Amino acid sequence: MLELNNLTAGYGSFQALFSVNLEVKDGEAIAVIGPNGAGKTTLLRTISGMLPVQSGNLSMEGTSLKDVPPYRIIDLGIAHVPENRRLFPSMSIEDNLRMGAFTPNARPHYEERLDFIFNLFPRLKERRSQIAGTLSGGEQQMCAIGRALMSSPKLLLMDEPSAGLAPVIVNQVFQLVQQIRDQGLTVLIVEQNIEQVLQIVDRAYLMEVGSIKISGKAGELIQSESLRKAYVGL
Amino acid sequence: MIFDIFLVEAIINGILFGGVLALLALGLNLVFGVVDVVWICYAELVMVGMYSIYWGNNHFGLPLVICVVIAIFAVALLGFLIHFLVIRPILGTPPINQLLVTGGLLFFMQSLATLLFTGDFRNLGLHLPVLELAEMYISFSRLIAFVTALLAMVALYMFLKRTYLGAAIRAISQDREVVVLMGVNPQRVYLVASALGGGLAGLGAALLILQYDVHPLIGISFGPITFMICVLGGLGNMIGGFIAAFVMSQLISLGGFFLETEWGYVIAFVFFIIMMFIRPQGLFGNRS
Ligand SMILES: Nc1ncnc2c1ncn2[C@@H]1O[C@H](COP(=O)(O)OP(=O)(O)OP(=O)(O)O)[C@@H](O)[C@H]1O
Ligand SMILES: [Mg+2]
Repeated sequence: MLELNNLTAGYGSFQALFSVNLEVKDGEAIAVIGPNGAGKTTLLRTISGMLPVQSGNLSMEGTSLKDVPPYRIIDLGIAHVPENRRLFPSMSIEDNLRMGAFTPNARPHYEERLDFIFNLFPRLKERRSQIAGTLSGGEQQMCAIGRALMSSPKLLLMDEPSAGLAPVIVNQVFQLVQQIRDQGLTVLIVEQNIEQVLQIVDRAYLMEVGSIKISGKAGELIQSESLRKAYVGL
Repeated sequence: MIFDIFLVEAIINGILFGGVLALLALGLNLVFGVVDVVWICYAELVMVGMYSIYWGNNHFGLPLVICVVIAIFAVALLGFLIHFLVIRPILGTPPINQLLVTGGLLFFMQSLATLLFTGDFRNLGLHLPVLELAEMYISFSRLIAFVTALLAMVALYMFLKRTYLGAAIRAISQDREVVVLMGVNPQRVYLVASALGGGLAGLGAALLILQYDVHPLIGISFGPITFMICVLGGLGNMIGGFIAAFVMSQLISLGGFFLETEWGYVIAFVFFIIMMFIRPQGLFGNRS
């Protein structure tokens, strides 16, 4: 579904990704893990067009994303739950979700998607007119995921959905990701909660200073010596 | 007793005047909130609108209502063009450039108007009735202007609340990077907001020409006060601007009532300066 070939990207003259190769197949759940500053967010931002590609290639279902304007990426079925959620803080939950269905392709399905998301997150339904900035961290994350799901994406990019949440809520978030992928959605998730994320994904990539260091089946990576060494305490 | 009636009349006039100021402040705030650029020349757009109404009505003999519609569209187009030709190339450059280009536009429009229309004061020659209500005199043109301004603001509010484009306009002023992920093309929203801001200036022109003569420097009468209202309400904060418009208009009206009209403006400006010391972010501002 998604293919990255020797992808290089960065900020101005600063290079943050070095020749990254990564593949996400239809229906898979993939994790990208790695320490702070490794370039995980940069990777997702490059996929969704927020950062330009410096060299290499990336394609979604065979369509090269290099010349697609950033605001058209969503039309190809890619939705992005950004780092730190980035809700529109002074808009209501419902207005935030409405923004998720902004594209002309998504608008006709607004009601139907809203029902789907309220089903997934009954809490959002109860609070539909509450201002997003006043929600708890967990609720904000639900709203951010809901907003991304409004466009009926094929591929969901998630950037540390469990960051800054209480342990109980973290478990809920991972259950939810499991639920989302059970419904057939393809997921590319960036996480620091390595042990938990490796239990819900098929494969994972370990990223360090802008390159992929190890990749493999989640079950095998959990056993991996080098991963254990790199992340003491696992 | 007589004294009280005049006071009430002054208060009512202040409220009526506030409606038009609120409309102008809303237009300026809309553009600022979305594009993050202050149009220093906003009141000159109003002047262009007033001249187009005057010209259409007086020169071409078109019915006033048609002239108003033309003026709204003409100034909306002007707003669109200002963004497309002048603002777009300097987006992302240091903020001082915004002041320079929109300030330059201000003098350009003033001078062009003087060249085209001379410095003469012109009006439509309308004689709208003055309403007498419990011994108070309320100008009918002010009442029309107030009601129309309120209706326009309600319509804009509905647009912002109920439509996808309206939601995108609100969203982009909160996070201009992340809206792109949702399929919003910011450049298009900027153009829409600029055209809307222009259209509001055009409507403001229609309401002001009912009460004031148009001349090339008319912008001076409304530009600074509109800008101060926006700053007082918190730049980009539409509700704040709305309330600040009525605060300022009331100060002007009451100052004029207790002293003289000019003193009303002096008091309003002094109030503004003091408030800037106490709350530099504006009465309702939360931006830094
Ligand atoms: N806007 C920016 N301008 C310049 N450099 C940046 C910018 N954003 C990130 N970087 C740099 O790019 C590198 C990768 O950052 P990135 O945010 O992708 O890391 P990350 O893996 O997501 O880290 P974290 O786990 O802390 O979120 C870092 O060295 C960072 O300093
Ligand atoms: Mg990150």
